[in-house]
Amino acid sequence: MGKVVVVTSGKGGVGKTTSTAALGAALAQTGLKVVLIDFDVGLRNLDLIMGAERRVVFDLVNVTQGQAKLSQALIRDKRIDTLFLLPASQTRDKDALTEEGVASVIAPLKAKFDYVLCDSPAGIERGAQLAMRFADDAVIVTNPEVSSVRDSDRIIGLLDSKTLRAERGESVNKHILVTRYDAGRAARGEMLTIEDVLEILSTPLLGIIPESQAVLRASNLGSPVTLNEPNNAAARAYIEAARRLHGETVPMALPTDRRGFLDRLLGRKAA
Amino acid sequence: MTLFDIFKRRGSAPQARERLQLLLAYERTNRNQPDLVALLREEIMAVITRHVKVDQDDVRVTMDRGKTTSTLEIDIQFPNAGAMAIAI
Repeated sequence: MGKVVVVTSGKGGVGKTTSTAALGAALAQTGLKVVLIDFDVGLRNLDLIMGAERRVVFDLVNVTQGQAKLSQALIRDKRIDTLFLLPASQTRDKDALTEEGVASVIAPLKAKFDYVLCDSPAGIERGAQLAMRFADDAVIVTNPEVSSVRDSDRIIGLLDSKTLRAERGESVNKHILVTRYDAGRAARGEMLTIEDVLEILSTPLLGIIPESQAVLRASNLGSPVTLNEPNNAAARAYIEAARRLHGETVPMALPTDRRGFLDRLLGRKAA
Repeated sequence: MTLFDIFKRRGSAPQARERLQLLLAYERTNRNQPDLVALLREEIMAVITRHVKVDQDDVRVTMDRGKTTSTLEIDIQFPNAGAMAIAI
């Protein structure tokens, strides 16, 4: 039986889709069977980040409404055999999804795959609540910035009350993934530190993804950063986060400000 | 700015941290229950409009949430006795 993981945040633009793609690809690369589900009905983007935007025929809503079979709607990744994508609908309105519909998709996927990663839409409405509804684990993507941390706190509240696990008296395993971290700015007191974020949210840390230009390069090319530039610092941080998610103990290295003297002098940003 | 200030300079992050801790402490305790201040404001307004005709635009409500106490200020402008329509 596979694990259902929701990638969520409350706030938009913090890196949910990027992280879903990067973590999913990193897990699948180790041979695990992984399916990514885009829950952002009406504003799908995971297909684009995965480079599968031209291969979408059917979507999640088609499957829940019986217009397509699950096997017809799944798109197999061209780079990794064990990685699949179930895209969101672009045209329907967000009320097209129902809890029963989502349950009918999650159950067979859970039986067939090792990981079902649910890319949540932003916000705390229905779409976000359906994305987390059946989750065993939650990756809460947080930027070291006040509005993002506040929204993460709201989402943690929802994970503890609105999920199936919460209603059964169990709990969702929650993990914080800090993205867009700039070690230099944190050291200078310009940005919340990892300790600040963890202390405020009192939730364990899955990983720290440093701010990196490789992330934009990867999305430009439609390839998860963990595949596109596996040796980049952000990609390595995602790969380690994926291993932790899978239960491995991987020591956490705090990203350091690795710019040289000349870079600082010229005001160059991190690679 | 003295030379000493350069060394002791801290960024804005400590303030961010403090603001968040205060806000989240409040939001966590008030989650899943109606906002007391909003409730008070509505009920007080309902009582006042029962007796005095007040335009919504003439009401100014300000609130300040502190660590241990909060203040709610309701500032209402209504016409003088001559023009006032008292409906008791």
